[in-house]
Amino acid sequence: MSARASKLARREALTGWLFILPLLAGVTIFTYAAVAYSAGISLTRWDLLTPPRFVGLENYANILQDTDFRDCFLNTLFFVVTMVPLGIVCSMGLAIALNRRLRGLSFYRSAFYLPSITSTVAVGMVWLWIFNPDQGVLNAFLRLVGMANPPRWLESVLWAKPALVILRLWQASGYYMLMYLAGLQGIPTELYEAAELDGASGWRKIRHITVPLLSNTTFFVSTLLIIEAFNIFEAIYVMTKGSPGGSTNTLLYYIYTRAFQSSPPKMGYAAAMAWVLFLILFVVTLLQFGARRKQEEVGL
Amino acid sequence: MNAVYTTRRGAGAARLFKGARRGLGYLVLTVLALAMIYPYVWSITASFKMDRQIYNGNPLDLVPRPATLANYVRAWTVVPFGRFLANSFFLSTLVPLISLSVSALAGYSFARLRFRGRDAIFVALLGVMMLPGHITLIPNYVLMRYLHWINTYLALIIPPAFGSGTVFNTFFMRQYFLSIPKELEDAATIDGCSTLGVFTRIILPNSRPALAALAIISFKGEWNAFLWPLVVINSMKLMPIQVGLSYFQGNIGSSWGVLLAGSTLAIAPLIVAFLFFQRYFVSSMLTSGLAGK
Repeated sequence: MSARASKLARREALTGWLFILPLLAGVTIFTYAAVAYSAGISLTRWDLLTPPRFVGLENYANILQDTDFRDCFLNTLFFVVTMVPLGIVCSMGLAIALNRRLRGLSFYRSAFYLPSITSTVAVGMVWLWIFNPDQGVLNAFLRLVGMANPPRWLESVLWAKPALVILRLWQASGYYMLMYLAGLQGIPTELYEAAELDGASGWRKIRHITVPLLSNTTFFVSTLLIIEAFNIFEAIYVMTKGSPGGSTNTLLYYIYTRAFQSSPPKMGYAAAMAWVLFLILFVVTLLQFGARRKQEEVGL
Repeated sequence: MNAVYTTRRGAGAARLFKGARRGLGYLVLTVLALAMIYPYVWSITASFKMDRQIYNGNPLDLVPRPATLANYVRAWTVVPFGRFLANSFFLSTLVPLISLSVSALAGYSFARLRFRGRDAIFVALLGVMMLPGHITLIPNYVLMRYLHWINTYLALIIPPAFGSGTVFNTFFMRQYFLSIPKELEDAATIDGCSTLGVFTRIILPNSRPALAALAIISFKGEWNAFLWPLVVINSMKLMPIQVGLSYFQGNIGSSWGVLLAGSTLAIAPLIVAFLFFQRYFVSSMLTSGLAGK
């Protein structure tokens, strides 16, 4: 390399580094260092008022004994096992329904998508009133269609979780619908034409062509839904605060209350729980990737 | 199937059947769409109702009788709602602006400039996007305390501007820059343009659609941000709208008309933005897949 060329390369490298410097510095401080710091905090007992005291793995050992943590974990698991499949069915269904030549397509698309851009805090307040068992719109409607004793929704241990699932499905389906719409663009129309020649009905076309060919999108959507369901927080904060009887207390909400709402604050314990939640998510994601690989091996 | 409908009358019946099915499809979709937007319609109309009607009237009745602005007046006077909204407008403009500048610069570097370690750093950044946000919540809160940034705008601006959203923006911009033909830059370089000059004069003007899409997504993200501001702010003067709204709920909680007025104020700007920039919202989603989170 000539001297001139190497000088140019050096300049380019320098510019390259300068251009990524702001991002790199920010991410190093607020993510990399923070992650390391968080691991450190999780090994201490710390109320923010007195200096942290190193306790080794005590916090982690306590988590295993903590029945509240176990209950929160089970509650969170309920959200995962309901929201993920229902979210997939709703958003894929909407996408298939909209994936044709429709008059007013953009109206329908916008109506379905709109709930996903408005904040959970604000719409949570609206739904708080919709779910109101005595004066709410939902039960008024259910009585109108003949249900004598509609559920007491957020006041009932049995129905509070399903109520939150309904809210989150209403909010999220339109967002994932757009992903499915993008996925549907990639399915060649010849496949449907061939199936029609063979006399396949609409339902069978969906089952044997659409659903299998969308499996990439489904994998992606389910990954995002799992993360979302594990991290459910705002709806809990605004609508139930974990009530009734702790039935909607989730892991992230529990972490939040230990760190920021209990006195004295339990920073070490909360940080340790955050790591456990991270670990759970990590394992679930690994399992999911593994399942996807198996699926791909059989040609889906 | 075809054989049944060979006669003229049969063809007519088939058309009728098809038309009826189509009509039914439209009906189902329309009912669904109305159900989806019903909560908005209901809360906006209810925010103009008197409390008396909200508590005792028929909840399915959408018309305020009589219509009143009292809920808005109260929301505005009991807590500084104007201030909440102003804070959110300020943050939702400034944070995306910083984030986009940082990520456009870095994205360009990752797309075009060659230096050692570039690809390793890029992969390391990929990991940041997969990291759940709750893991950095506590350490960053402690950092804010240490820096005395609790209850300052700095806490609301700096960490979010360098968060995982910015990393996502960087990936998005990098992909976009890679799609711009390289000849464009080469011509400018030959004309004696510096790298920064190429970036600001050639690359950025050619990236308007990508920048617009990211700006809107980031605006939405900031406008709806909740957990971080909730943790680092407790002075009413600095609260962004979502935190202010929830503070309002905790303290004024019992009056539903006022709460719904507040919630309408928190939702309305985004709905307006959505109606105006709908194309960008949807197209950015369709092209990026990941965006908007």
